[in-house]
Amino acid sequence: MTIHVPHTTGHPALGPLDELIACPTCDGLHRLVHVAPDMTARCRRCHTVLLAPRRGAMTQIVMLAATAAILMIAAIFFPFLELQAGGLNQRTSIMGAVLAFSHAGMLPLSLAVAAFVVGLPLARFVALIYVLAPMALGWRPARHAARVFRWSEWVRPWAMAEIFIIGVAVALVKVAGLAKVTPGPAFWAFAALVLVTVLKDNFMCRFTIWRTLDERTKS
Amino acid sequence: MSVHDMANAGRTHEILTARRAGLVGCTTCGKVHPLDTRVCRRCGAALQSRDETSLQRVWAWLIAGLVAYIPANVYPMLITQTFGKRQESTIVGGVIELVHHGSWGVALIVFVASVVVPIGKFIAIAWLAISVRSRSAADGHTRQHVYEIVEFIGRWSMIDVFVVAILAALVQLDFVASVNPGTAAVSFALSVAFTMLSAQNFDPRLIWDAYEADDT
Ligand SMILES: [Zn+2]
Ligand SMILES: [Zn+2]
Repeated sequence: MTIHVPHTTGHPALGPLDELIACPTCDGLHRLVHVAPDMTARCRRCHTVLLAPRRGAMTQIVMLAATAAILMIAAIFFPFLELQAGGLNQRTSIMGAVLAFSHAGMLPLSLAVAAFVVGLPLARFVALIYVLAPMALGWRPARHAARVFRWSEWVRPWAMAEIFIIGVAVALVKVAGLAKVTPGPAFWAFAALVLVTVLKDNFMCRFTIWRTLDERTKS
Repeated sequence: MSVHDMANAGRTHEILTARRAGLVGCTTCGKVHPLDTRVCRRCGAALQSRDETSLQRVWAWLIAGLVAYIPANVYPMLITQTFGKRQESTIVGGVIELVHHGSWGVALIVFVASVVVPIGKFIAIAWLAISVRSRSAADGHTRQHVYEIVEFIGRWSMIDVFVVAILAALVQLDFVASVNPGTAAVSFALSVAFTMLSAQNFDPRLIWDAYEADDT
C-alpha cells in the first residue's frame, strides 16, 4: 500500500493530512487540530463555519431529536385543525392536509408533500438518534452510521416542517374571514416540534460529528 | 471586525487551496485527501476537486424551473366553490384577494414567497453561473452572500403549496363552501423543487477560483 506515503503531502509544511480541513465553500486549506468547545472556527477566506463543537452536543442532539420524533408521532394521530361555520363542522388531521392533493388527482404531489412535512423530518430524527446515540454514550459507531448520516445531511433541505407551520398560519388568516378555526393538540405538537428542531440545529456541527465518527471507528 | 474584513476585501485572498496543494477536500465532511482519491475515506462521499459538469446541471435545472413557473402562474392555484358559485384564483390573484380583505401582512408573505423569491432566485442563480465564467465579476464575498441567501431562502417558496393543501383539507363544507387545489399547485411545486436542485448543484468553490486564476 504505497498510497499511505502521501500522509505528509507534497507540501512538507502542511503536515499530516488528518490535521487539515478543506473549506467546503471555497476549498481553502486550514490546519485545525483542536477547537475548544463553544468556540467557532471559520474559514479565513469566505467565513464559512468549519468547526463549532458544543459541550455535550451529541447528548443534546439525541435528546432533542427523540423529543421531536415523539411530537411528530403525536401530531400525526391527534386532531390538527377544526373549522366551524354556520353550524357546520370540518376537522382535519395532519395527514388529511398532507394528502389533500390526492383527492384532486394529484397523487404524486400528495406523496411529495407527505415526505416534505412528515416523512423526511421524522426519518431525519430517527437517523440522528441512530448515528449519534452511540457517540453520546461513548460507543463505537453503529453499522452503516456514515451512510445514514450522509443521507440525513443530504435530505436536510427537503425536510420542511418549519415551512409547513408558516403555511398553516397563512391558511388560518385566509379562512379567518369566513369561519372560526380552532387549533387542535396536533397543531401545538407540531409547533413545538419546529422549535425543538431549531434548538437541535444550534448544536449540530457537521464536521465535528464526522470527525467523532471517524475517531470512534479507528479506536 | 471591520479592520479584519477590510484587509480581506482587497486582492489579499492569499490562501492555499486544497487543489493548489495537490489535495482534494471532501465537501461533505471536510477531510483532505491526495488529489487522485475518488471516494472519501471518512464519510464515503464521492470526491471531486471541482465539479466540472456542475454548471451544466445548474442551467438544466434552472431552465426546467423557469419553464414550470409559467403554467404555475397561468393556471389556477385554488378553486373555491361557495353556494355553487365557482371561483378560480391564480397565485397573483390570491395575493390580490388577501389585499382586498385587508390582510396586508399575509398578502406580503405570500407575494414574497411565491413571486419575489422565485423570480429573484432565477436571476440570482443565472448571475452566479455567468459570473463564474467571467473574471471581472463582483467581489467573492458578495457572490458568496448571494449564494447563501439563494440556498437558504429558496425552499420557503413551498409555503403556498402547503397553504393550498391545508385549505383544501379544511374547507370542505359541501354546498356552503369548498376549496380544491388547481393544477398550478403541481407546476409551482415542481418549479420550486427544480430551482432547489439547481442551487444545490452549484459548486460554490467555483466562485473563489476566479481569484486563484488572478493570483497565479
Ligand atoms: Zn472558505
Ligand atoms: Zn468526506
